[in-house]
Amino acid sequence: MSEDSHPFERFLRDGMMPHIWCEGCGNGIILNCFVRALKDIEIDVNKVVVVSGIGCIGRLSGYTNTDSYHTTHGRAIAFATGAKLANPELKTVVISGDGDLFAIGGNHFIHAARRNVDIQVICANNFNYGMTGGQYGPTTPLKAWTTTTPYGNIEHPFNLVHLAAASGAVYVARWTTLHVRRLTESIKKVLQKEGFSFIEVITPCPEIYGRRNKMATGIEMMNWFKTAAEIRNASDPAEAEISPEKIVVGEFIDAEKPTYDHLLREMMKQVQERIRGEK
Amino acid sequence: MTQERTVLTGKHFMQGDIACAEGAIAAGCRFFAGYPITPATEIAERMARRLPEVDGVYVQMEDELGSMAAVIGASYAGVKSMTATSGPGFSLMQENIGLAVMTETPCVVVNIMRGGPSTGQPTKPGQQDVMQARWGSHGDYEIIALAPSSVQEMFDLTIEAFNLSEIYRVPVFVLADEIVGHMWERVTIPSENAIKRVNRKRPRTLPEKYVPFLPDRDLVPPMASFGEGYRFYATGLTHDETGHPRTDTAKAQQELVQRLCDKIRKNREKIVRVSANMLEDAEVMVVAYGTTSRSAMSAVREAREKGFKAGLLRLITLWPFPDKEIAELAKRVRAIVVPEMNCGQIVREVERAAKETSVIFMPKLGEEPHRPVEILDAIQRGSYK
Amino acid sequence: MRLEIRAAGFGGQGIIRAGLMLATAACIYGDKNAVETQSYGPESRGGACKSEVVISDKEIDFPKVSKPDILIAMSQEAYNQYAHTLKQGGTLLLDSDMVLKQKKNLDIQVFEIPATKIAEKLKNTIVANVVMLGAFTSITNLVEVEAIKKSILDNVPKKTGKLNLAAFEKGYDYGKLLKKKKR
Repeated sequence: MSEDSHPFERFLRDGMMPHIWCEGCGNGIILNCFVRALKDIEIDVNKVVVVSGIGCIGRLSGYTNTDSYHTTHGRAIAFATGAKLANPELKTVVISGDGDLFAIGGNHFIHAARRNVDIQVICANNFNYGMTGGQYGPTTPLKAWTTTTPYGNIEHPFNLVHLAAASGAVYVARWTTLHVRRLTESIKKVLQKEGFSFIEVITPCPEIYGRRNKMATGIEMMNWFKTAAEIRNASDPAEAEISPEKIVVGEFIDAEKPTYDHLLREMMKQVQERIRGEK
Repeated sequence: MTQERTVLTGKHFMQGDIACAEGAIAAGCRFFAGYPITPATEIAERMARRLPEVDGVYVQMEDELGSMAAVIGASYAGVKSMTATSGPGFSLMQENIGLAVMTETPCVVVNIMRGGPSTGQPTKPGQQDVMQARWGSHGDYEIIALAPSSVQEMFDLTIEAFNLSEIYRVPVFVLADEIVGHMWERVTIPSENAIKRVNRKRPRTLPEKYVPFLPDRDLVPPMASFGEGYRFYATGLTHDETGHPRTDTAKAQQELVQRLCDKIRKNREKIVRVSANMLEDAEVMVVAYGTTSRSAMSAVREAREKGFKAGLLRLITLWPFPDKEIAELAKRVRAIVVPEMNCGQIVREVERAAKETSVIFMPKLGEEPHRPVEILDAIQRGSYK
Repeated sequence: MRLEIRAAGFGGQGIIRAGLMLATAACIYGDKNAVETQSYGPESRGGACKSEVVISDKEIDFPKVSKPDILIAMSQEAYNQYAHTLKQGGTLLLDSDMVLKQKKNLDIQVFEIPATKIAEKLKNTIVANVVMLGAFTSITNLVEVEAIKKSILDNVPKKTGKLNLAAFEKGYDYGKLLKKKKR
């Protein structure tokens, strides 16, 4: 590697740059943390598949120099389920947005978590549909302003970490893009963990969401994260609030449970042994 | 180790749905993702039992949207994959059928057609999804669809569907009606070696030189699998040969979408299959597919006994449509009879191909297929045209 | 020769299974062609259910039954719906425990078999279908006894093989007696 090349160069698909993200957007931080984690744990990158759905963060799968696939809106987890089950050697990571994973794709999320498929899901939560111009979504806070809540949002948002935990995820954490070190550590952990893992990353969307909600720049949004974030590891995800005053972050769950993949291979082995016995 | 379980060589009395599952396994299918739906459930049940025996994966997804997505994922992981459904599920799959077309994914989708629209008549037959199969997903594309008319063909054409999907990197549909799906008949399954299996073209370059959507002369690009070191990117966005999104140039859209259509259109002679019966001297031609073609065959035989010169063109390939074959025959007959278990779908295509030749359409809705006597009556009417 | 057989009753009586046994006997253990098609409602138990078998020494084009040569009626509803569809001079086998009212003036041959009672004596009403199949075999002579026995065993769980063969024999003997009487 030449001296003036970027240390992550081999992890990025350079033909895809420049990226499409706005100034002040946190998606680049998530990408950075992800490739840093890949590098740090010296994973065999040839076995990593990055899958994403539709939305700003959905473009991330194009930026990582891995096998990668950009699905239809909401279907990243279902696609990853097929790929992972067909080839158990793969490390399938889904990186997508809150609207993609929890509105249109919500059903796939809860069922993949319930099955405990060995998939790692990183959700960029920016509180709105950024790519389509800032409509409200399943995580938009009550009373927030978006282009489709011109009188303030009257829907209650999902608590994603609570939903993930209740659905059966074996690893659940939430960080903001301010917590780069902790986020990277969490990603490293899930890349080495088996089972359905979930990391929510609160990320600034100043251009589309922030400026309608009195945080017009990335700095202002990051300042909110800085003053509001409260690390509460191992606390009850049901209590992990997100409000103007407080954003509870931390590693909520790190448990062990037989994965779907494991149970599937066990069952297949037994069936095949029984057949051999019959002969 | 499980070799002799992969192909159940011999004579069996089998249900159409089960023969379809056995055809898939014989073709090398090792991944099934689906969601239970009448009258296709027996395919899922058979796959759930059989796939683990042959080291394959059965997964029951939360819905048909997810099933189709998982099938694409498994195919990209290098495994021949399929799903099976019926009308309502086929509607949900249309989204990712489009994705499979756009990312050139070999896979097979079986639709055991029941009566629609909506929930319709789940246990009764229909041929109402044949146009949806052609045009169901948004955007322009060409697709391949096969229409079995017997239990033997449920086995044979499922194998063919896998082979075509691997050759052209396109989803291939097996469009069977409920009668063929639930019918029991004798099936002869050949020996393992006698089964023709085709696998997708593999890259012939080093990973660093691999251009994932650069087509060969047949317009089909070779396909790498995930996990082999090719590190390629595929997207449902319009893309260039490298797979990178090109959402803002007309050229990219023209080149990609045109090629997706052309790879089927320009290879149609190799794809299209029809079965011509007693057409040499025919004055009236019946064009039919699926169970309807069996009613038609009975009618044609009866017509011949009565002295009417009738023949049957049975469509095995529905898409791409056998228009040239029909156009050629249309010039030689007085009339064409088209019976279908719907309100008029394939008949539109027949009319387009037949030009001036008069076409008698015979719709049928509900439980029973056309009775041969109904088609016989139309043949007689056609003879006086 | 094309023979059309329709068996009808309600879901749970093994109507479709009986059709499959018959067709298997004809085309796997016999030298004929056979097709079985079926029709049923969305209910798995209790709804109307019909199994149609076409047997022929030629290739079978039209797979459905239009005017049956033989009808097996396992419920009053099935009788009411299909008795008049039989061909002139056709054969009707009915379960006399289930079909209590019959129409007059039908030009058909009727065989009344108390299949459900016979099955009850074997302590399992689920084999009433096989009792009927036994009677069918002796009355119609359409399939070989050995062929149908093989296909019965193919179509039932291993541990119920004996029970099913016993049911077949009872039905077969009953049918034989009926046939003698008719002469």
